[in-house]
Amino acid sequence: MLRKIIVTVCIILCFVLQCSVFDSLSFAGIIPNLMIVLTSSFGFMRGEREGLIIGFFCGLLSDVFFGSFLGFYAMLLMYIGFLNGKFCKIFYPEDIKLPLALIVVSDLSYGIICYILTFMLRSRFEFAYYFLHIILPEALYTIVVTLFLYPAILKVNEKLENHERKRAQKFV
Amino acid sequence: MSPIIKRKGERFTLPSKYLLFILTVLCTVMMLVTFGTDVFNRPLNVVVGYVIVPFQQGIEKVGGWLSNRSEELVQIRTLLDENAELKAEVAALIEENTLLQQDKYELNKLRELFELDGQYAEYNKVGARIIGRDSGNWYSSFLIDKGEDDGLEVDMNVIAQGGLVGRITSVGPSWARVTSIISDNVHVSAMTLSTEDNMTVTGDLRLMAEGCITFSQLVDGQDSVREGDKVVTSNISDKYLPNILIGYISSISKDANNLTKSGEIVPAVDFEHLGEVLIITDRKQSVVE
Repeated sequence: MLRKIIVTVCIILCFVLQCSVFDSLSFAGIIPNLMIVLTSSFGFMRGEREGLIIGFFCGLLSDVFFGSFLGFYAMLLMYIGFLNGKFCKIFYPEDIKLPLALIVVSDLSYGIICYILTFMLRSRFEFAYYFLHIILPEALYTIVVTLFLYPAILKVNEKLENHERKRAQKFV
Repeated sequence: MSPIIKRKGERFTLPSKYLLFILTVLCTVMMLVTFGTDVFNRPLNVVVGYVIVPFQQGIEKVGGWLSNRSEELVQIRTLLDENAELKAEVAALIEENTLLQQDKYELNKLRELFELDGQYAEYNKVGARIIGRDSGNWYSSFLIDKGEDDGLEVDMNVIAQGGLVGRITSVGPSWARVTSIISDNVHVSAMTLSTEDNMTVTGDLRLMAEGCITFSQLVDGQDSVREGDKVVTSNISDKYLPNILIGYISSISKDANNLTKSGEIVPAVDFEHLGEVLIITDRKQSVVE
């Protein structure tokens, strides 16, 4: 129960930060993608199930506020969370290389899928331009933000896991 | 044994691949349903309106407060260095000055809005504050702090600084989403003010950084449209009210078909620095009547 409340607060916080605070911190009009950071990190920290649920709700929020129809971002982020969950078994909290790599790959693939489904299908074919001016800068900025945000998420998760372990011991 | 059969004494949990499948189907159904209708929009907009929008309004207020404070601090500090001996007096004066400057700034802004009001006097308008921007980098839309409760509806036109900003595409009880005309998937039916030639104005992500938008399908047989001509919304558009200023033509060239022309427009609105907007509460249909 506590985990659900904390995770909900995290999602709302990241979404609100992304569309208000980071808008004024944008570099050349590019804002980082906090939803990807949140979805991926819970994916590889907690497994497929939690990753896909968090991804679904993160995406649904973006859909309701900014999508022209519901379900697109929800589905995209859900699969990203699920696939990140596959790496749960080789994840160690001490290692920061795997999380960084996973988040970059997630953000790049998110950008490329967005481009293909919402731009290329409207006959905007200059992939190189969009890759260099939108997708790559977003991934780089996201990495910079990850360096600060990821330790915080890790800490929150650690605290929650400790709390759950203590409660489980009480019942034994 | 099937993984979804419940074992004794164990809490029932759905394996993640089944969950993924169910949610995928749900998403697909939602996409199909909301593509044509807006059945789910209503309840969801209400829910997120109560959960998210208060936070955004709060952050907006805190952000404004912080930037005001930091501005004050910077001003006070520089003056302290220059006039160390008049420290106390100057600090007090500067405090006052900052407040007055803020008042003046507000006054100028209100005056601007008032002039704009004169230009489009025949329409009813309400003002609103921007509380959030698009969370992605692909399109350009923003959230404002007024919604259904203030009489806003989908398709109402939004203006600022004397020009067209966009139109409302989604509305909740206390918030609304405005899709701006520079967004890549937006088309506006427009015409030149001088010759009344119709054209289609389209946002383009590649030109967004330069602050330009493109136009196409301009039929101009007499070659009378020039760079610098005013472009306004046309009277045949079914979403936008007629004669709202969009911008000025900055470049024009003949298409390969030798019949139509296309080029770029510099919008009248500075989309980078928008704080407040005006929403025209008259809709196209009601004007036609």
